Parts: sequence; structure tokens; C-alpha cells
Amino acid sequence: MTDDILKLAILAVGGQGGGVLTGWIEDLARANGYAAQATSVAGVAQRTGATIYYIEMCPKGPVAPVFALMPAAGDVDVMITAEMMEAGRAIMRGFVTPDRTTLITSTHRALAVSEKMTPGDGIANSAEVMAAAEVAARRVIAADFDKVAVAVGSVISASLFGALAASGALPFAVGAYEAAIRAGGKGAEASVRAFHAGHAAALGPAVVEAKVAAVAKGVTGPVRLLEEWQGLVARVDRLPEAVAELARPGLQKVVDFQDLAYGAEYLARVEAMLALDRADKGHALTREAAKYIANAMAYDDVIRVADLKTRGSRQARIAREMGTAPDKVMHVTEFFHPRAEEVVGMMPARLGARLDRDPVWQARLARWFAKGRRLRSDGLVAYGMLYVLGGMKGRRQGSFRHGQEVAHLEGWLATARGYLATDYDLAVEVIRCRRLIKGYSDTHARGLSKFDRVLVGVAHVAGRSDAADWARRLREAALQDEEGRALEGALQTIASFA
Amino acid sequence: MAERSFKAEVEHLRLGEGGTFTGEGILALTKALLENGVGYVGGYQGAPISHLMDVMADAEGLLGELGVRFEANANEAAAAAMLAASVHYPIRGAVTFKGPVGVNVASDALANLSSSGVTGGALVIVGEDYGEGSSIMQERTHAFAMKSQFWLLDPRPNLPSIVKAVGDAFEMSEASNTPVMLMVRIRSCHVTGSFATRDNRKPALSVREALSAPRSDFKRVVLPPMSYAHEQDKINHRMPAALRFIRERGLNEVFGPEGAAIGIVVQGGMYNGTIRALQRLGLADLYGATQVPIYVLNVTYPLVPDEFLEFAKGKDHLLVIEEGQPEFIEQALGSMLYRAQGTARLHGKGAFPMAGEYTGTVMMQGIEAFLKAAAPGMLPAAVRAPNMDRPAVPDLSKTVPIRPPGFCTGCPERPIFAAMKLVEKQLGKHQIAADIGCHLFGSLPPFEIGGATMGYGLGPAANGAFDGGGERRPISIIGDGGFWHNGLSSSFTNMAFNKSDGVALVVDNYYSAATGGQDVMSSRAENGTKATGNPISKAIKGIGITWVRQIDHTYDVGKMRDTLIEALTTKEPGPKVIVASSECMLNKQRREKPLRAKAIKEGRRVEAPRFGVDEDICTGDHACIRLSGCPSLSLKRLDDPLRDDPVASIDQSCVGCGNCGEVADAAILCPSFYRADVVHNPGAWERRWAAVCASVIGWLQARRSARRLSFDA
Repeated sequence: MTDDILKLAILAVGGQGGGVLTGWIEDLARANGYAAQATSVAGVAQRTGATIYYIEMCPKGPVAPVFALMPAAGDVDVMITAEMMEAGRAIMRGFVTPDRTTLITSTHRALAVSEKMTPGDGIANSAEVMAAAEVAARRVIAADFDKVAVAVGSVISASLFGALAASGALPFAVGAYEAAIRAGGKGAEASVRAFHAGHAAALGPAVVEAKVAAVAKGVTGPVRLLEEWQGLVARVDRLPEAVAELARPGLQKVVDFQDLAYGAEYLARVEAMLALDRADKGHALTREAAKYIANAMAYDDVIRVADLKTRGSRQARIAREMGTAPDKVMHVTEFFHPRAEEVVGMMPARLGARLDRDPVWQARLARWFAKGRRLRSDGLVAYGMLYVLGGMKGRRQGSFRHGQEVAHLEGWLATARGYLATDYDLAVEVIRCRRLIKGYSDTHARGLSKFDRVLVGVAHVAGRSDAADWARRLREAALQDEEGRALEGALQTIASFA
Repeated sequence: MAERSFKAEVEHLRLGEGGTFTGEGILALTKALLENGVGYVGGYQGAPISHLMDVMADAEGLLGELGVRFEANANEAAAAAMLAASVHYPIRGAVTFKGPVGVNVASDALANLSSSGVTGGALVIVGEDYGEGSSIMQERTHAFAMKSQFWLLDPRPNLPSIVKAVGDAFEMSEASNTPVMLMVRIRSCHVTGSFATRDNRKPALSVREALSAPRSDFKRVVLPPMSYAHEQDKINHRMPAALRFIRERGLNEVFGPEGAAIGIVVQGGMYNGTIRALQRLGLADLYGATQVPIYVLNVTYPLVPDEFLEFAKGKDHLLVIEEGQPEFIEQALGSMLYRAQGTARLHGKGAFPMAGEYTGTVMMQGIEAFLKAAAPGMLPAAVRAPNMDRPAVPDLSKTVPIRPPGFCTGCPERPIFAAMKLVEKQLGKHQIAADIGCHLFGSLPPFEIGGATMGYGLGPAANGAFDGGGERRPISIIGDGGFWHNGLSSSFTNMAFNKSDGVALVVDNYYSAATGGQDVMSSRAENGTKATGNPISKAIKGIGITWVRQIDHTYDVGKMRDTLIEALTTKEPGPKVIVASSECMLNKQRREKPLRAKAIKEGRRVEAPRFGVDEDICTGDHACIRLSGCPSLSLKRLDDPLRDDPVASIDQSCVGCGNCGEVADAAILCPSFYRADVVHNPGAWERRWAAVCASVIGWLQARRSARRLSFDA
């Protein structure tokens, strides 16, 4: 029988130090009177792919034991996974079983390319893996071991080693683990720190990160503006709570984008929608409208980008992210590539409209402005330029771009209102379609075209009892890939019956 | 400089008689070569034996002391050809490469070597790249041994057995005048363990000494009529000598009780997996004492008929455990049984799957299936009548994403493929042939550039049919490793000679990067024993190709794109070759990171670049990721109820390669990216000027804040 043998498998992503962790475990066993054997699979799997390491050990006997070279389903005592989806992979491969396996996993995510490249939200659901782990494993030790290691200037291999020590799955004292790290020499101090951090995290309660509300903790500014702001906030408070919940951040977003008057304009739109809404539906229409009208009104133009790039809070944030103090010397380079469209967009509406139609002027503007520009926003010249651009809010509402945005916004809301009488749910779905419009330049244009195509599809199904469901499906299809292949497929399906 | 250094471990190779070596399989192999008086070593890197080449390179000092010549061969064919030294001279030689692809490349030399026969022991250590972690087509090296008739050893996967196999292989090679191949599987190469060491031995005749007393014998030349004599010699003398040697020296092993009615025949390399399954079935103990007799083939070619028939005698059922397909061993054993009018039933493929790796699960199921048919009484009750009440684990197959290998953080090949994707958007899809190496990851999402590979150094050759040109030019991609391995002759002279109209892109990252960062001819690093610093573009011009563009900074996506477009649209006839050069980031970081840390510590001025994303500006469309796939460029969910989609986010592993900014610019994506260069130890003047800028900027910010509402997050 093989009950005398302890079997440990490690599933890591290339570059996480799985080899180092394996070496420590092996040394730990050998130093404590155990025979041990480790194997790994080198090769291209180590280039960011998923890699497996495997260790077997048993008390040293008179002759060498026969160890296996790879884990078998249903025969693993300790499964260490250095990332949440890798835990899922280990479960899928049968390496985690309720009769014997202690699963030690880091809960952090290293997103796979397939999750990241979806235009919408393609991130896999960690909760599903965690739920499966609770069923599949004899015991689960889960924490963000990546975070605790990075916090003390080390890497995840060391914190996972600490979690292994804390699990008590191996018959060795914590001191023996530490000795194994120190025997490795180089970088031992940082590793020992992470080891202890991992040990503590494994013993601590599972930390569920609390979501913080996005409404600002504090509002500052001149008294006159603050008073006016309070007036708008009071208007929000009078809305049904389901609506106010989103109207609060929405109001903040549009005021931040332009000014208080614009905020009032936003609230007027929301209130107008509310007047048409139904309480028995929980004001779902206005709730969604509060969210998407704010996004539509706070569109991404040059002024907004320049404003955001020149704020003091941004500087502080960058310094924090780069791990340096705000007073330290740091160069910040911005990557801009304006097009003629952006220049035209900033012009007064009538002039902009004329130039927009004129290919000669388009070409001329492109020649003058359209090229990649790298600006050192920590320098006075580039900062000054961005500062001036960011301060052009006064002209924004008269601009060509603003006119376009308002026309689009009104058209979209009118479409939704058009369906309201016959199909409430469809109207809500139309409001939600605003999600499709995002990005800049080509991406933005593609988003607009997807939005239009979805609305055409919606028009086809309108009147059917499952129209809202189809609208949702169309929107989700549009978010699946860049070129809109999934959307095209969904539209063809609709064309076949509608 | 290779990715992994074995300088410290190499010291253990000096251990002498009575010592104990503890470490990895590949180091044990190297030690065994030295203990057996090897005279020359060589090979070509590739998983799983890349590290064997690295160990030998790092051990060059020790090899020199012993009079052993080390060659980092240009390719596997060159490595196998080097064994020619053992044809006439009684010198032991060993080369290593991966199988079966390396054996494919080496097969010409191996066939000639096998025909000529050898005087000194000639050993090929082949790392069989099969199953999990493999990066190549799934085939067997075994077929090559059969076709050329050299011997194939597949020792049990523990260090003492592997070390012993090296000595056996040399002696067997000399006893039968035939080269011997020692096969080690992926995990055996990296399995750890211990073995008792012996003293290293200098070769009886060194290659230097051999040059002083040259030998030749036309009987060894593969030309008629000698080639006919070679074939007869293989069958009449060498094969019988080998079979005799295997029996006399007991190279194959039998374990377990005598007189049992069933038995298992297993490749040496599969022995541990077999014992593990038996252990789990309660039929073997911790130390391998088994209740089922096992005949272990440490030599898988040739098979020894009388030895096998003795094992089979009196047995009703035999199981052959042979990984991979076709099942050469099972077929041969079946034939032996039939000719000997044996009655034992032969099991093998059937109980086991025909194709695929024999994992722990497969082994367990296969042996269980065999025992159920052959000796159900031996199985524990729980297996005979499973009564397991396992809770149903939720299906995660739709949740867990696949994680194929990809370009590392900061890889210089990423911007090349970003540029190619931009070209595709502009000019449409092109016929693209790829080669072997890291660049092949470009065929995977998010780039999906290229759709086939025909082998190392054969990328441009794989577009041969399209050399005549058409409306859109064909593009081929090849790495610097592939270029020097075989590409210059097989691909580029092929293009030049046939006046190809195609475009070839050479991805030059200064190393044979995919195999672990070994130096190649065009590497920029100084290498004491190898000739580096030979530009690829010079070699290409040397064979008469005139349209050659050298790009020395692949991160310039705009330039990459424009150069590609020029190559695809120029009116100039003949091959269009772009050499895109930037150092492999993995190796660059390994080299520069310690230097940078030291410089910062010493108070010297250092700029540390890293990229970031302004999350308020990012709209979450992920267009940048579809042109990157960088591990450090990921997504983050914002705590903002107004935002549906996660935004781009760059983590601290970013090395500031510049691709994000370049792509945002070249593809006109968005203004969210910024590069922050933290200046360590700035000069006094620089610090003062930065303070002046900061105070002006601070004043402007305060001025604007005073006139509007600010919401702090």
C-alpha cells in the first residue's frame, strides 16, 4: 500500500517560483529523515503556461522506496495551487478528493488571455471554483498568498510554503521549514518574511474583500458651489432608493465632468424618465437610465482626458502605484494620438459640422494634428498644454462633439420610450445597450456600429413576447468579440424567424 | 548565457569514489558520462534535455581538465555526425538532443553511423518529449532504432538505474559495434534522487591524441559493396552480440514471484508508474516487492526472444505496458509467442489506450482492467465491487480557462505580432508560415498570426509553393535559433535560389530563447568558447538576398508595421527579408536586474520605467489586450456601480518594455496609458528643477480646485 507515502502536487503558472517551492519541500523532507523525490515538467509550459510539480516522501527505510513520477487522480495528499483557476484545474484533473486532499490555494487571479481579450467582462468566476473546492477537498486553505508575499517584498512561492507549514499536512515543525529556506541562501530574508506572512494568512479567517461604495467620501470646493451641490443631492434623495443608488454616483460623475448646471440637466433627464416609470417594476427603467445617462453625458472627449491627466490626485495615485513618494523625482510620459475627428469635435458646432463634411479640411487637419505625441506631463510645457485643454469646459457644450453626443443620447432615450408602452422590459434592455459604446477612435466607432446593429435587431423582434430576452442576447453577443462575429450570428438567427 | 546556471551544481560532478550525489537526473547523466571515460560530448538543446546541454556548457572547465571535448552543435544532425569520431577510434562519445524531433533531424547521420558501425562506444541521450508539457508532435523515437538498427535503452526512472544505464550503453555499444540510444522521458530528466559516485575517468584515448594518429578504413564507408556487407553484419554479428550482452549482463530485470500465472512486461521508464498502480491495488509494497511478476525491459530494442519466452513460460496472461504508438514491442512479443506456439494471452493496447501519455490514472485503470480479466481474485474487494459514495463535484470545465504558454512579460516578439496584426487590419489576411520557437506563440490568441509549422528552420521553406507570388505576398516567420539551426540553408538559400517573391521575418532575440536562452551565432553576448556576434542580416546578404531590412528595436511598433507594409508592397523582385532584433526580456532582466539594484544601492542615477493605466480614462473595451496579451497587462474590476466592464490594469511585474504605449499610439487606441520613470538618485540640479516644476503644477492644480467641486474617492 502507499499510505506511507506523502504525495504533494503543485500547480503553478510559469514564473511563480514553483520550482523553488518544490526544492524547499524536498530539502525540508530530506533534512528531517525522509526520503523524497521531486519531478517537474520543464519546457514551453513554463512560458506563462500552467505547470505541474510533484513530490513524494516517506520516512527513510533500509532501501530506497519506489516513488511515482507524476500525480494520479484520487491519490494526492496535498495539492498546492498558486492561483484560483489552477485550483479549478487541479479539481478537474481529479487531484483533489474528499478522502485525503488538503487543498492550499491562493485566491488571487492571474487572468488567462481568453478572459482578458473579451470586449465585455470575460473574467472567470472564482466563486464557482471555491464552491467546488469545498466539496472536492478534505480541507481547504485559501487566501491571497500573492498579495501577502508581495506586501513583504517577496514572491508567492514563499508564502505558499508558509501555508503548507500552517496546514500541518507534513510532520515537520515550523522551524524546520524556515531552516529549509535559510539553507537555500540567496534572498532568504525576504522569503522568510513571506513565509511567516503566508503562515499567518493560512491560519487567519478567510478574508472576503468588502466592496466599497463608489460615492465619494468627501466633497470639497467653494461654499457657493457646495450649497448648490447639496440642493442637487436633496433632489436625488427624493428619488426612489433603487434609482437614487445609481443616481448619486451618476450625478457625481456628470458634475465632475462638467459643472453643477450639467448635473441639474442630468437629474432632469432622470426625473423625466421616472415620470414614465412603473413602481410595480421597481423603477428598473429609471434605475438603468440613471446609470447609463450619466455614462452617456460624461463622454470621453479631449477635455475630459486632459482634465483627468492634470489633477493632483492622479499624481499622488501614480506615485503610490509606482511605490515612490510624491516628492520623489518621477517622469510621466503620456501617449496621445489625436485624429482630425478630435480636433473637429472641439470646434464650435456649426464650424465643426462644416469641416466634418469637407474631406479637404479633414485631410488638412489630419496632416497638422494627427500623429503620435508623447508628452511629459511632469514637465511645464506639456502640463501647461494639457491644463489649458482641460480647462476648456466652458466651450464644451457649444462644441460639435457635444451636439453629436446629445443627439445620440436623445435618440437612444426616445427609442427606449417608444417601446415603453408595449414592452417595459424591452425598454429597459434598450437603455442597457448603451454599455456597447466605449473606447476611443476605431474602438468607439465599432461600439457605435454594434449599438446601431443591436437596435436594428431589437426593432425586428419588438412585439414578440420574448423581445427583451432577445435584446439581452444581442447585447451579450456584441460584447463577446471585437469584430462582432457573435452578434452577426445572433442577428442572422433573428432574421430567420422575425 | 543560458537561462539557468548550473555553476554550483557542476561542482558536485567532481565527487569521487564513495561519494553520494544528490540532485537532478540530467546532472546524474553528466556525472555518469565522466565516470565512464567519455572522450567528447555534444548535442543540441531542447526540452527536456536543454539543461543537459547547459550543464555540459557550465562544466566546460571540468571537461577540459579531463581532456573531454564539448561542442554546442549547430543542430542535431551535426551532433549525431560528431559520433563519427567513434567509428574508427576507440573513443567514447555522447551527444544529446530531444526526441523524436531531434532524431528526425539527426536521422541521416544516425543511419550512416549505424551502417558503418562503431569502434568506441557511441551514445545518444535522447529526451523523449511525449505527454504533458510536450511542445511537439506526439511520436516515438523507438521507430528510428528499429529502422536503423541501433539499440535503445529505456532504464527505470531512478538515478542509480539511469547512471548504470550509461555505463551499460557504452559497453554494449563497444561489444556490438553499434551506436546506442539512451532514452529518458521528460520527468526522468528532472527527477531528483541520489546515487553512489565513482571517480571520473579520463578517456583512454583523447580526441587530441587521435588527431596525432589518424585512422581510416574504407570498409566503414557507406558505399557499395560495403553497405551491403554492413547490413549483413548488423544481422549476423552486431545484433547477436547485443542480445548476448543483454542476457549476460542482465540488463533487463525480473521482479516478483516465480510460477505465477500472470505477468507484466514493462518498458523500464514505465516501471515506477506500474509499481505505483500495484501499490494502490495492494499488490506491491513501498519498496517495489510485487505479487505480480514484472519483466522490466531496460533495453526496449532489441528484444531478447529467449529471455522473454522464459518469462512467459507457464503464464496464462501477459500484460505489455508500452507507452505511445504504434505498439512495436507488443507486436514483436506477440510474434515471438506465436512462433514459439505459446498459449499465454497477450494484453496491452486494449486494456490500455492506444494513444497518449500513461498517466497515473491511465496506469491504474489499465492494470485494473488487466487484472479483472486475468486474475480477478487478486484485486481488493473495493475494486471488484466499487461501492464509493463520492459527492458530485460541480463541473468546472466551462469555468476554468485554458492557459497555453505565451510571450513573457516585456517580450520583444509581442510588438512584432502587434504590428503584424495591424498590417492584417490594413492589408487583409496573408498566407503565413511559422517556424519553431517562442514566436510560434504568435499563432495563439490574442494574435492568431500564422497557422502551421513544418519544423525547425523550415518556416520560409514551408512557403515554397507560394514563392512564385500572387496578389498578396506570402509571409514566413523564423527565429534566430531556427535560422542558425537549419534555416540559412534549408529556408533562405531555398528562397534565394528559387527567386521567391515572399517576405521572411527573422525574429532575432539574441538567444535560442525557447530552449532556455543558449547562445547562437548571432548572440550579442561575449562567449569565451563560442563565436558570437555574427549578424543574421550579413549571412542573408551573403547568399545574394538584397532586400534586407534590419530593425534594432522591435518595440517600435509603427516602424515594424511600416517596414512590413513596405516588404509586402515593394516592386523589387526577389525575397524580402526583415530581421527584427531585440533582446529576449527574460534573459535581459536576469542580466540587468542585479546590475540595476546594485547601481541604485551605490547611489548612481537609475531610471526605472513602468507602465500604468488611468482607470478613469480606460473604458474597458480591452482593445489594448487584443494587441498584447502581456501577463502584466491584466484587468481589474472597479468598485464603480456605473461601470459594467473591468478596466485594464498593469501590475508591478511590468518591466516597462514600451509595447503598451507603442501599441496605443500605432493602433490609435486610447490615451489611458502612461509610462512612469522613477528616478533613483537624481542629481542635485535635476531634483531642484523637478521641485520647481512640481510647485508650478501644484499652484495650477490648487487654482483649479478652488473653482470647482472635488470628489475624493
